[in-house]
Amino acid sequence: MTLGGWVLVLAVVLALGFGGWRMVSDGRFRGTHRVRGAERGSGFETGAERPPQPSVDASAGARSPSVEPVETTVSSPRGSVLAGTAYDGQRGERATLLQFSSAFCAPCRATRQVLDDVARSVPGVAHVEVDAEQHLDLVRDLGVLRTPTTLVLDAAGREVTRATGAPRPGQVLAALEATL
Amino acid sequence: MSTLTTHRAVEPGIDPRGPRIVAALTSLVLALVLVTPLPVAILLLAVQTVVFAIGAVRGVQHTPYAVVFRRLVRPHLSAPHDLEDSRPPRFAQAVGLGFAAIGLIGFLAGSAVVGLVAAGLALVAALLNAVFGFCLGCEIYLLLRRAAAR
Repeated sequence: MTLGGWVLVLAVVLALGFGGWRMVSDGRFRGTHRVRGAERGSGFETGAERPPQPSVDASAGARSPSVEPVETTVSSPRGSVLAGTAYDGQRGERATLLQFSSAFCAPCRATRQVLDDVARSVPGVAHVEVDAEQHLDLVRDLGVLRTPTTLVLDAAGREVTRATGAPRPGQVLAALEATL
Repeated sequence: MSTLTTHRAVEPGIDPRGPRIVAALTSLVLALVLVTPLPVAILLLAVQTVVFAIGAVRGVQHTPYAVVFRRLVRPHLSAPHDLEDSRPPRFAQAVGLGFAAIGLIGFLAGSAVVGLVAAGLALVAALLNAVFGFCLGCEIYLLLRRAAAR
């Protein structure tokens, strides 16, 4: 086979493999990012050694006790991830769906729709959308690598879980259920 | 809500299936670049580079491939239930233009390897867009902005 033929085969395998993996993992809420500021801060030991959280599966019915978020039960001195930004006042009473978007991002629009709908249907939950490009400091501190990234914040504004890619309504509701 | 919504009113939305078809035709041309003899491959890549340039400057809906979509494909489809922002696919065309231009320069400078690898990378991005509707260049954009502002 010619070199071009090999490049063709490799390109197809790469595209299908990467795309397939993304299709499966997109929108799934799992784990949290270790916030840089929190690790620097003194007296915050709970987060640093915590193993990655198990994923909150889309099939919300089979929720095991292990998906219960650790953060809500541990009183951590870490405050709202939005502290010091103009968005902190827009947080929901019980939980916040924090969405990072960018201009060159088609799935951000679908995500906005889903999160808006969920925020409207669940009382005390707010949807806050942040333009990632305008808040690169926040993006770096929170370890956001892609748009859309959706963080679920608890009543105090602490991150409970996150998903990259467009989530389905069921996935958002399941993640919220574990938060409230 | 967000500042993103304010921009959207400026440009009319496009049928989201258009860029997918454009990406499929782009994938076909790039695959042919990889398997045809050199003079043909260079010609095809040159054509694709021009198409990418049109898409990057005027928007993906103005490329010749989009005309194929409007004339041959769209009449057979129902009306789209949602229009899409034209900026993400336009940015993707610019990323494609970069790869295609590097490949073309490689071929013309006598390095078939550079030409084939660049065309192969552009093919990966085009296939991701055609098959999964996933915009690779759009994601790399945020990573570049993150790195640049450090």
